[in-house]
Amino acid sequence: MNVHWGRVRAIFRKELRDYRRNRFVMGSMAVLPVIFVALPMVQLFRVQVSMSSPALNLHIGLSLLYLLAIPTFIPSALAAYSVVGEREQGTLEPVLITPIHRQEFLIGKALAAFVPTLVVAYAIFGIFLAAAAIFAAPGIASAVFAGSHLLVQLLFTPLLAGWSIWVGIAVSTRVSDVRAAQQLGVLASLPPLVIVALLSLNVIPPSLWLALGFAAALLIIDGLAWRAVASMFDRERLITGRK
Amino acid sequence: MVTRTAGVDTAGSVGSGDRSAVVVEHLTKRFGSRTAFDDVSFEVGYGEVFGFLGPNGAGKTTTVRTLGTLIAPTSGSAMVAGIPVTAENGPAIRTRISIMPESPGLYLRLTVTENLECFAGLYSLPDPRGSIERALAAVNLTDRAGDVCGSLSKGLRQRVALARAVLNEPTVLFLDEPTSGLDPVAAREVHDLITSMRERGVTIFLTTHRLEEAERLCHRVAILNTTLRLIGRPAELRAQLFSRTLDVRTRSAMDDPGRVFAGLTGVRSWERGPAGSYALTVTDPDAAAPDVARALVRAGADILSIAESHHSLEDVYLELIDEDVEAKRR
Repeated sequence: MNVHWGRVRAIFRKELRDYRRNRFVMGSMAVLPVIFVALPMVQLFRVQVSMSSPALNLHIGLSLLYLLAIPTFIPSALAAYSVVGEREQGTLEPVLITPIHRQEFLIGKALAAFVPTLVVAYAIFGIFLAAAAIFAAPGIASAVFAGSHLLVQLLFTPLLAGWSIWVGIAVSTRVSDVRAAQQLGVLASLPPLVIVALLSLNVIPPSLWLALGFAAALLIIDGLAWRAVASMFDRERLITGRK
Repeated sequence: MVTRTAGVDTAGSVGSGDRSAVVVEHLTKRFGSRTAFDDVSFEVGYGEVFGFLGPNGAGKTTTVRTLGTLIAPTSGSAMVAGIPVTAENGPAIRTRISIMPESPGLYLRLTVTENLECFAGLYSLPDPRGSIERALAAVNLTDRAGDVCGSLSKGLRQRVALARAVLNEPTVLFLDEPTSGLDPVAAREVHDLITSMRERGVTIFLTTHRLEEAERLCHRVAILNTTLRLIGRPAELRAQLFSRTLDVRTRSAMDDPGRVFAGLTGVRSWERGPAGSYALTVTDPDAAAPDVARALVRAGADILSIAESHHSLEDVYLELIDEDVEAKRR
């Protein structure tokens, strides 16, 4: 199937316009990042310059882990709402009556959750780095700017967001209630974050190759999740509400 | 000719050509053990306004969704806009048709124009701005283009949904209960819009249980109650279900009406009503009325009125649905 990007863009634009005027969405997009940037900063400024290198890395890893909660939680709520929310509003049927393919609908929905998440997550990471560069002791700042930390953040932010989005949409296509979808979506988005946490906290000894391997595995899982979600998207079931 | 059983009916077709906009043959849809509609067959001509009537749960909306490729039929076949209804042909059919569901389903935080922009994108329209302007003009909403849909009344939302439905200039327009829940003024506005579309030659498939609406707007109607019960022009349906009668009213009740009406040519039977009224079953009201008048004058009766009794589409509908209820009881 050829994806018609005009239709994807139509869904994407509509979603962004809808988010912009939804105080709940804008509020959660503003409040969550503030919480998740405050916690790592507190963590960072508690670090003693005299700490040993492993302890320092543990503290910085914990700080950065908070930042990875942003691409995990923000898109899961948006994605969980994406299909069941439209069903509840009665807007799904008019969209499915158009020539749009399910893949185009899903890509539009996923991008609308993915792009704002990435913008917010990287902006918050940028603020965190700037704060570390300006206010942290030079030894701590240089540890924060270590290549492996930067790589983990840059790499895992889109991959975790991808997982949360596909799991959220999958839940959203199967349940009939928005609140249930959002709770299940958040729960289902957690497993990859747990593994990243184990890496960040040195429970699984981190190495560049291990991180890259895990990222590659997550990329494959995201791809498989997209295919699974596309096959779960059944117009008839969504329209009639039958199990 | 009017068909009362399942079978292809082309009676009274007003299609402009030899092809039909919608052809349905022995179509059935079951959800597990529940049958939504069974062995339904009919045709709708290009440019025709076709009314699809039936009680709640009769399968009307499911039929529309099936023809719109949102639901797969269990058996039977159909063609819409000349394309066979199959999953593979779904996008091609959905490009040529439009369905306005019972609920407008608008994005309430978006403006009227933003709603239509989204759908112009979904239909990949080459000139979205022009299409939106034309659609808004068609439903007299140009001056409300910048309003947020959530701030509009129910009638205005219905008009926005109608604008959305005509945005892609569909070959076949399915309207599912377009006046449901509207006040009489808003309903009349929707009727006027349907009339103007009919005059422009748009094929309209109108699902409704407002019988006066179907009678006023539709060239032909079909009555569905899981199976197709009746199909034809409203006048044909009345003629088929009801014998033609003359309603006679006299100032006072006659002593022996049987002697007056018996033996009159064209009067098959008669019934006494309240206070000097009589219902005469006749073969041809126009031919029988003068004879009846002469007989009444001869009998010395003071005639107040002699008129043909008109059965509404509602009478037809209720007659059929009552038959179904009776059949279920038995």
